[in-house]
Amino acid sequence: MDAVLATFLRALAFGTPLLWAALGEIVAERSGVVNLGVEGMMLLGAFFAFATAQLTGSPFLGLGAAGLAGTLAALVHALVCVRLRANQYVSGLALGMVGAGIAGLLGRGWEGTPLGKALPELSGITLSGLVLSGLVWGFLYHTRWGIALRSVGESPAAADAQGVSVPLVRSLAVGFGGFTAGIAGGFLSVAYRPSWTEGMTAGMGWIAIAITVFSGWDPLRAVAGSLLFGTLFHLSFRLQGVVAPELLKMAPYLGTILALTLTTARRGSRIQEVPEALGVPYVRGER
Amino acid sequence: MRRIGPLLLLPDPNPSGWWAVCVSLLALVGACTAAGGVFWAYGVSPLVAYRVIAEGTFLDSRALPEVVRRTIPLLLVGTGLVLAFRAQFWNIGAEGQLLSGAVAATGVALFSPLPSGLLVPAMLAAGFVLGALWAALPAFLRLRWGAHEVLTTLLLNYVAAYGVEWLVHGPWKGPSMMGFAYTDLFPEAAWLPVLAGTRVHWPTLTLGIGFAVFGSVLLYRTVLGFEIRMQGENPEAARYAGISPAKTVLAAALLSGGAAGLAGVGEAAGIHHRLLSPGQVSMGYGYAGIVVAWLARGNPLGAIPSALLLGVVFTSGDVMQVALRMPFRVTDVFNGLILLFLVGSTPLLQTRIRWAPVRSKPAPAPGGEGWTPSSRPS
Repeated sequence: MDAVLATFLRALAFGTPLLWAALGEIVAERSGVVNLGVEGMMLLGAFFAFATAQLTGSPFLGLGAAGLAGTLAALVHALVCVRLRANQYVSGLALGMVGAGIAGLLGRGWEGTPLGKALPELSGITLSGLVLSGLVWGFLYHTRWGIALRSVGESPAAADAQGVSVPLVRSLAVGFGGFTAGIAGGFLSVAYRPSWTEGMTAGMGWIAIAITVFSGWDPLRAVAGSLLFGTLFHLSFRLQGVVAPELLKMAPYLGTILALTLTTARRGSRIQEVPEALGVPYVRGER
Repeated sequence: MRRIGPLLLLPDPNPSGWWAVCVSLLALVGACTAAGGVFWAYGVSPLVAYRVIAEGTFLDSRALPEVVRRTIPLLLVGTGLVLAFRAQFWNIGAEGQLLSGAVAATGVALFSPLPSGLLVPAMLAAGFVLGALWAALPAFLRLRWGAHEVLTTLLLNYVAAYGVEWLVHGPWKGPSMMGFAYTDLFPEAAWLPVLAGTRVHWPTLTLGIGFAVFGSVLLYRTVLGFEIRMQGENPEAARYAGISPAKTVLAAALLSGGAAGLAGVGEAAGIHHRLLSPGQVSMGYGYAGIVVAWLARGNPLGAIPSALLLGVVFTSGDVMQVALRMPFRVTDVFNGLILLFLVGSTPLLQTRIRWAPVRSKPAPAPGGEGWTPSSRPS
């Protein structure tokens, strides 16, 4: 029993960054904007959280810096693909490269340094992640603003006709996605593994995007998805004595591909869960 | 239609080649400026950084072969991705496909009983096939079950990287490598020939240029190419015209994956002569290939100058690493910013700017009362 509980707690800890990043991506995609730069925003968050926490001695200030860095990075994406209406995939990929590059460059001097004062692994961040998913759910389905946000993602022309500013809503949603991705990265570097290593997110940003898809853009189901992959990541560490560690490390990625395929296959023709205008730039007056 | 001073801005969805080049150059200037800001934040003066880059690349005749050898994988990957993106197959897994090619080449070089004359052709063929298969899996998942390839191709990069990691730490670890995570050196018959005194493995370079020409012919002169372009530009219309998405998507996946696989053969058999950790095999060519493809603006021949430019970026990374002690990651900053500015410049690209000053309003003609606006000469 203790082993099961221990595994659950570890999965909860490992699922925390996945959940935070997925919640932000859900909000952004619900407004119609894909952001493939989650990995880059998480790395920026992780680096700035670590650097700030190390310099000020406060992990909470670090998390604030992480959120800010993520938000700013996401607003660049919003500028390029909402204001300038450029291709969202490419803009997100570019953001991912820039984020990884800047974090790797600025973080070079700190590579491998342990953090002086860290947060415990299971802390308020995990709990507030769970609370946040409830809040996002309530916001999306039970508030006027949430309905406005969803209608911008489903039918921007209709929302526009109702007087909702499509660019504003989309920029705010993308900015929120950056904030949570930044926190997700910050959690890694000030709580989960209190140190800074280049590329420490190890593809979690991509798994968070996948969770967005197979949770059907539903914040509550994203909790389950994060726990599932938290467990998978945890097991891939635990079983290292039995199977070669390199092969185990493949498991979360292969698991993600499998889960994605199964959900899209099961969903089949009823793909109405996908926000209708996802990935499509909005130009007023065009169909 | 908008107006800025004497300039008239007209929407133009099909800009001319010249305008595309101008806008791309402008985007490059913007990216370099922004990168200068990042260098400044790192504590290196942008002016010093760019002087070091210029001295280490353009002004040094010895740098050219290095630029070219960096260009080879970028050209192969970039050309393949041009074809993939034209078919709207979002293959961002070239990194993994490249690694698969390197694995296939290593398998043939170290463990096949082939006579030495056949080794190199067999390695190239095996690299192409394994790279193509690595890309065919996500294509199949999309066609059969609708799993989006952006995520599946990317996630397979991690799988491939850990696979290579496992091979070099485990079953393929070279007994003569004294504990290092390398395979044994390939027999010399499996080394790609290089131009004397350089690391330019010319067979792969030839393949790259040939592939760009082939891609151009395929895209603009064949039925399959027409179908790929149509599928990419208007999937609805393509469906009505009876074009099978399975055919175009598979063709794009196999060609882009195979080309990336060839790039992997080039790196393993032309540079390292063994398999080693994935970060050293590839240096991120698979991701940089996306920038090459975007810079080429969908034209396979455009991948040649684009790859050369990115070759300069990678060489600059080397130069800055040595001269300024900056991490090689600096190439990511460059690549990402170039891509960001390129994609951000799309609205400018699709605008035709015309010089059309507003003529001063003609003074009212004497006795011109009674003229209605509609009778005014236009």
